[in-house]
Amino acid sequence: MNYFRDGLVWLNDPLNWTNPGGLFDRLQEHLVITFWAVLIGCAIGLPLGIWLGHRGRGGGVVITVANLTRAVPTLALLTILPLTPIGFGKLPVILALAVFAVPPLLANAYTGLRSVDPETKDAAIGMGLSGGQLLRRVELPLAVPYLASGLRTAAVQVVATATLATFVNGGGLGQIITAGFGLGINVGGNQIVAGGIAVVLLALLVEAVFAGVERLVTPRPLRTVRRRRVARPVTST
Amino acid sequence: MSFLSWVPAASTPLAAPADDGPGNPWFSWQYVNDNAGTILSKLGFHVGITLETVVIALLVAVPLAVVAYWIRPLTGPILALSGVLYTIPSLALLALLAPLLGATNRATVLIALVLYALLLLIRNALTGLTQVPSEVRDAAAGMGYGRFGRLWHVELPLALPGIITGLRLATVSTVALVTIGAIIGQGGLGDLIMGGFWNNFYRAEITTGTVLCVGLALIFDLALVGLGRLLTPWSRRRVA
Repeated sequence: MNYFRDGLVWLNDPLNWTNPGGLFDRLQEHLVITFWAVLIGCAIGLPLGIWLGHRGRGGGVVITVANLTRAVPTLALLTILPLTPIGFGKLPVILALAVFAVPPLLANAYTGLRSVDPETKDAAIGMGLSGGQLLRRVELPLAVPYLASGLRTAAVQVVATATLATFVNGGGLGQIITAGFGLGINVGGNQIVAGGIAVVLLALLVEAVFAGVERLVTPRPLRTVRRRRVARPVTST
Repeated sequence: MSFLSWVPAASTPLAAPADDGPGNPWFSWQYVNDNAGTILSKLGFHVGITLETVVIALLVAVPLAVVAYWIRPLTGPILALSGVLYTIPSLALLALLAPLLGATNRATVLIALVLYALLLLIRNALTGLTQVPSEVRDAAAGMGYGRFGRLWHVELPLALPGIITGLRLATVSTVALVTIGAIIGQGGLGDLIMGGFWNNFYRAEITTGTVLCVGLALIFDLALVGLGRLLTPWSRRRVA
């Protein structure tokens, strides 16, 4: 527990927060990277998932994409993208993280639209709704809990993975940890632990915030029903 | 600088990319030939630590899942806890373990990997166990099976598909996750990826590490699919 206390002491020093490259700077970088990565992930994953779910096909594509990205190490994307014509900077980091934000968004959007009761859809079609109206007025509102759940998984994953941006000098809270490793375990041990604590707290905070959002946008009658399904898409066949 | 006004394109390059000419190809047999020894040893390390992780995680996860299955009030908390633990970033976990276990220690990486694999395995094993139909359990009890006999002869075999799914997920993500160990020089193929990046952005080294890593994950996955088919012949018969 000695190291843990050293880490807390490091966190208790205001200068470690306000210095250039201190916790505040790194936190801002971290959040900016996360924000853009999740946004790009949404822009790709949600329309695709909603379209596939509405059409009712392409389940194989969704599963393949999810499994493929699981096998690709984040480090590989982070190191390869800057060497392509994209060039160095924050853009390749954001793109690399966005790749890992797509699968949960895609899978949840697809599952959400597929899990709308077929009888409800039949009734809507019988009432004379067109395909677009069916999507906007029936399927999307009923799929909102799934979309929110996908957003939560994606946001937590990106905020956690953004720590690795430090491997390619991309900023973020991981930079605190690598700087500590750079100092060596005897001098930088407290900083390593402090960075670890900060990253864990941020990840848990994001998880809690998005869990709250998920609960807010889920209509009360749907809350009990949703408990039946598995919280995370952990199927791979 | 406001949080929202930040535009990705406006970022300044950190350094000029390495030259695009023939001097820095994406792949080079020359490199593979010259460094076959290093590549093989990194590959061996990667395979070894992955197998070790998965076996240890399996030996711990299945008994835990069985305990959570037998003692129903524990099921919810165990699943919730594993979900929360899974959100902890891998680098942070390494950072918290490294001062305790030694900064360049293989065990540090191994323990972090086992924790992640454990969470995936418990979730899936528990899901598999809870999906055993209650009629089947009743029938087994009626045939005179005790608690352990029922577990060994009825419930675990029926939960095997779930366990195998968890095993596949855990193995594939472990293969990818080992690379993070590169931060303390224990990353197997990750050492190649980072080594290439630090070594003046040497692309051939990065690509070799990446391709081997993805290939390894696919091979393990296929092997586990085959194992699953061997172990659960009844599920194949039902499909046919």
